[in-house]
Amino acid sequence: MEVMDKLTILADAAKYDAACTSSGVVRGGRPGMIGTATNSGCCHTFSADGRCVSLLKVLYTNYCCYDCAYCVNRRSNDVPRTAFTSRELAELTIQFYRRNYIEGLFLSSAVLKSPDYTTERMIETLRLLRTEYRFNGYIHAKAIPGADPGLTHELGLLADRLSVNIELPSESSLQLLAPDKTRAAIFKPMAQIRDGAAQSKAELKLYRHAPRFAPAGQSTQMIVGATPESDRHILSLTEGLYRKYRLKRVFFSAYMPVSDHKSLPVPAGFKPPLLREHRLYQADWLLRFYGFTAREILDESHPNFDAALDPKSDWALRHPEFFPVEVNRADYEALLRVPGIGMRGAQKIVTARRYGPLSFEGLKRLGIVMKRAQYFITCSGRMLPGLRCGSDSVYRRLVGLEQAELGSGESWQQLSLFEGGAE
Amino acid sequence: MTAYRYDGTFAGFLTCVWDALESGTEPVEFLCSGDEVSLWETRRPATDAEKARRLYAALAKRVSPAFQKLVARGFLTCLPEKELDLLALIRRGLREGDRVRLDLSNPVMARVNLALTKMWTEWDHLKGFIRFSDLDGALVGEIEPKNRVLPLLAAHFAARYSGERLVLYDRTHREAFVSDRGRWRLLPAEDFRMGPAGSEERAFRAMWRKYYQTIAIEGRLNPKCQSAHLPKRYRHVMTEFITDREMEQSLPGQTGGALPRTGEKAIEG
Repeated sequence: MEVMDKLTILADAAKYDAACTSSGVVRGGRPGMIGTATNSGCCHTFSADGRCVSLLKVLYTNYCCYDCAYCVNRRSNDVPRTAFTSRELAELTIQFYRRNYIEGLFLSSAVLKSPDYTTERMIETLRLLRTEYRFNGYIHAKAIPGADPGLTHELGLLADRLSVNIELPSESSLQLLAPDKTRAAIFKPMAQIRDGAAQSKAELKLYRHAPRFAPAGQSTQMIVGATPESDRHILSLTEGLYRKYRLKRVFFSAYMPVSDHKSLPVPAGFKPPLLREHRLYQADWLLRFYGFTAREILDESHPNFDAALDPKSDWALRHPEFFPVEVNRADYEALLRVPGIGMRGAQKIVTARRYGPLSFEGLKRLGIVMKRAQYFITCSGRMLPGLRCGSDSVYRRLVGLEQAELGSGESWQQLSLFEGGAE
Repeated sequence: MTAYRYDGTFAGFLTCVWDALESGTEPVEFLCSGDEVSLWETRRPATDAEKARRLYAALAKRVSPAFQKLVARGFLTCLPEKELDLLALIRRGLREGDRVRLDLSNPVMARVNLALTKMWTEWDHLKGFIRFSDLDGALVGEIEPKNRVLPLLAAHFAARYSGERLVLYDRTHREAFVSDRGRWRLLPAEDFRMGPAGSEERAFRAMWRKYYQTIAIEGRLNPKCQSAHLPKRYRHVMTEFITDREMEQSLPGQTGGALPRTGEKAIEG
């Protein structure tokens, strides 16, 4: 089979993986090597679905010995099968990289023969790239659950980031849809990667040339909407993953029916829950950068997102006691809680008021968009003159703004702007 | 009412600033050599590298290194009448010191900062969106940016491809970045054409296009989101959006092709 055909089959099989980030590690150019890496990563193009394309994202092979109901590569699915050779894949990566098509390689694989055998093939490819081709760019590798820890470790010494997909948000869903995988088998490599990365960091402090294990950390992904978990369940799980396993990113993937498996029936007219995925990413942002906890965003009485409102505005409306925030005095953390003020805006406010007090006019010149923020702030003790805001009318107006931005509810934007972005 | 006319270079601009500070001139416009005539009395100080160097050093020493950088980077933006804004900032900086940089809500400062943000965004976009072709072993690419980002991109690509020969042409500002195994420089270049690609190059382009089409998920097509992240103005030089023929013909973009050298002003009229 031609490389072109292999590429088509194995990229097609890899495309449902949401992660395509190239962030989290800085490496300058090195003599005799090709490539660099930057902390914020880099998007090289955006596909027709609006997702960032940063890495060459392919499977090593789509021959699989598992039969997971949600997965396009399950062995009972009748699709063309193939596998790269390590040489083909290394050559393709370098040639794409030279032309600045990509920031590096995202190598995943279906499970060929056994997890160990598969991991060995991946190691062989990465070793070829790193040693013979002297590739210094970004590599993201998928750790295969069930592989020997020694092999996973070797993989992590060659890659910048490792990931293990937890696939589904609960054990029972996993049992139902992915009978060949267990929760324990997924969390074991995750813990191993966490500990390996921590150990490598400690060693680097002692010896400058100590080998680096997954310097850009690890990420994971779960499918949303195939099984009945609530948003609150998913968000708490996400928070736990950040805390317990020190993950850099958790990705959500709206369930796309790719199967007619009996335990995963597809109701007529099913649409992938894209809006729900969007809300989860918004909430994920609040967890990672805005100092929110999962409990604050969603609780028992409020287990799912309001489809009509972004989670930050939703929180603000439920906490009138927190507002208004005085722009000229509030600390950075309080400013971050104002709907419409982001990290950059809050930083600008903190800087600019060191020069002198800010007015509403001044805020606009800083580039703060007032249409949401105006209901929640004061400048030197005053609300925006002429503003009317009973809590009902504010809710209606915020919903109106949200609707206008999301469009008809189908063509709203994903947060992919940030997917290659800062972590 | 006074105008300044200079050669469009940073050193030339700093020479004008020197002259303005020394003579107390409050210019109402800056012109570059070669273009429009001015209604105003025009001063034309000859570019003086020594004065420029001394003023540039003074910005770091008397204000701050960060302020010096703000002025130098600000000069690379496509902000209309950027010279007047930068002159105003320099005056304030020399008078008030580095505090000026905190005054983000000041109209001039806000304008310059917004222009800088847009320039860095363009730089960030181009780091990813630039496409090189392997033509006889050299990697060749073209851009058509609004801001003069080529000097800022140069270091990035020189480090990334330190073992390669590189040519990157800026159609807007008509200059080329040339790098030979890590050593690089910028050269003015009036005309540039990509030239035909060999069969291997064509094969990799075809594979990239195929890959690009394959990874989009049909059930999630979202052209609006795609355009928000990858504005259409970049696409006319990107391999996955054009054919081999179009690449060789170096077709102009939607902005209408190369602008005059001192273009920012010419397009306003």
